[in-house]
Amino acid sequence: MAITLEDLRGDRRRVRTERIVRTLLTAAAGTSVLISALIVFSLARETWTFVTEVEWATVFSSDGWFPRRGEYNIWTLLVGSAIVTTVAMALAIPVGLASAIYLSEYARPRMRKVLKPTLEILAGIPSVVLGFFAISFISPEVVQRFFGATSLFNLMAAGLAVGLLSIPLVASVSEDALRSVPPALREASYGMGARKITTTLRVVVPAAVSGLVAASILAVSRAVGETMVVFIAGGAGGGTLLETSPLEPGLTMTAAMASQATGTDAVVGEALTFQSLFFVGSVLFLITFMLNVVASRFVRRVRQSY
Amino acid sequence: MALTTPAAVGPRAAERSVADQLTRGGADWAGIVFQWLLIASLGFSVLVLATLIIDVVGTAAPVFSDRFVDFMTGTLRTRASEAGLYQGLVGSFWICAFVVILAFPLGIGAAIYLEEYAADTRATRFVNVNIRNLAGVPSIVYGILGFTIFTKALRSLTSAGTANGRTVVSAGLTLAILVLPIVIITASEAIRAVPSSLREAGYGVGATRWEVIRSHVLPYAAPGIITGLILSIARALGEAAPLILVGATTGRLASDPSLLDLEQLRERFTALPIIVTEWTKNPQEGFDEIAAAAIVVMLVIVIILNTVAILLRNRYERKRS
Repeated sequence: MAITLEDLRGDRRRVRTERIVRTLLTAAAGTSVLISALIVFSLARETWTFVTEVEWATVFSSDGWFPRRGEYNIWTLLVGSAIVTTVAMALAIPVGLASAIYLSEYARPRMRKVLKPTLEILAGIPSVVLGFFAISFISPEVVQRFFGATSLFNLMAAGLAVGLLSIPLVASVSEDALRSVPPALREASYGMGARKITTTLRVVVPAAVSGLVAASILAVSRAVGETMVVFIAGGAGGGTLLETSPLEPGLTMTAAMASQATGTDAVVGEALTFQSLFFVGSVLFLITFMLNVVASRFVRRVRQSY
Repeated sequence: MALTTPAAVGPRAAERSVADQLTRGGADWAGIVFQWLLIASLGFSVLVLATLIIDVVGTAAPVFSDRFVDFMTGTLRTRASEAGLYQGLVGSFWICAFVVILAFPLGIGAAIYLEEYAADTRATRFVNVNIRNLAGVPSIVYGILGFTIFTKALRSLTSAGTANGRTVVSAGLTLAILVLPIVIITASEAIRAVPSSLREAGYGVGATRWEVIRSHVLPYAAPGIITGLILSIARALGEAAPLILVGATTGRLASDPSLLDLEQLRERFTALPIIVTEWTKNPQEGFDEIAAAAIVVMLVIVIILNTVAILLRNRYERKRS
């Protein structure tokens, strides 16, 4: 029996199924682009109104962030976010990095099997829970006791809680980077008579440094975008003065947005109050976006080198 | 200097003797201290987890021992001694339903397209980068998306009566969008790990691309995909920030519908993490206890989900490597 071109084309029904499935799947992949467009659209319209109509003096040189009174000092929120992020990173980067080094270089398989899930469980804890923990334990037992904060609500407690949330992220991205360092490098180092600590700190860590930097940047981005912990434990409700002490209540960009949305029943207010929420959202979006782009550069560098 | 090996005393002694001669008998103190520092930082996380659980469970204990059933079935009240979780459980249930119905098929579909169909073109790479960036967008920004699109622009579709768009539908759609990148990324990784020999076997007997995917690729990738799905449900369950912007109710809810009543989808709503936030922030007597009790309920669900995901992954990782 001769095979004709008609036979090779295959069953009509199967070809049609194939075409339909392909179209559906393409549409599914396309939705992600649509979502990005919607995010930008949602932010852009009201932000544009704010940017064109606001008196810029109220954004850069008023007393603080009081959106309902028309004072939109953005530095207040940027400083608040910077304080929380710095405290969080001072905790999360060293602890996360050390955990990653242990898991990748020292831990025996059985130890790893117990410790890794523990970190993953910690990673899965909702941030509202850490918010509760911040005011029920971290603030009274750590910040007020050892740092002498007077207010139960303060940025330092919030920062420490955000740090706890970020440890698993730092640890898992760093561990991936450390494990992708080829064993040959370690063996060469041992072959020269280097000790384990020397091999780890002088060979493995430098070889994985781009990945470790990426982990840190991702953690910063995560901390800047964290909302609920600061909303619960940061303390400042409708507004705050420009405050540079981590032991006082304060607002971050995210917490300011959340409290503005809950202050009354809906997101409303006079003049540009409503639009200011979108302005802060845009600033936050741009900052985290840039951090993520830089981080993915570093991640790609790790992939290319090994 | 020659290394001498007293083989007569056994291999262990030989090892020690060689090590002693190499290190000139001294212990590697820096190494020991370093290793203990590393263990201490891991121990720190374990300690934090333990403290957190003890703190929360300890605070919540009276609620569970005095009025467990009442607490689980009660509604939002202004007095802590009467308030219950029920409406939050219902809200969270429906939000998760939206994630399952929308984000799962869309996410898995997108992953299949990107891994199995798409050629390595500029457009594909753009979509991939775009998805990674979406995964890094702060959750509250998704709240802005939900507020603008679902609460305001599509108000007439998402709400009934006086709900003004602040409904379960808006919240569910917003969180489905929020977890979509996570679903796509985890599903893509699982599909990428399927050996190409499996696909080639399918093509070899004349199967079409979709037939190969359905019968070979998806079953093999299923454990990995399901792990990602479970993690994304856990994520959606704990997410509060977007719901605040979409307009979750923090006070009392007018209606108290049964779990499966579809009418409530277009009414005002609340959810577990919103209740936790509200009670935690409430300074009145007794609210810290019910906040902790709500957290225990939420943690039990989230930790079970996470544990199932971890076990599933470990089991299949071991089987196949």
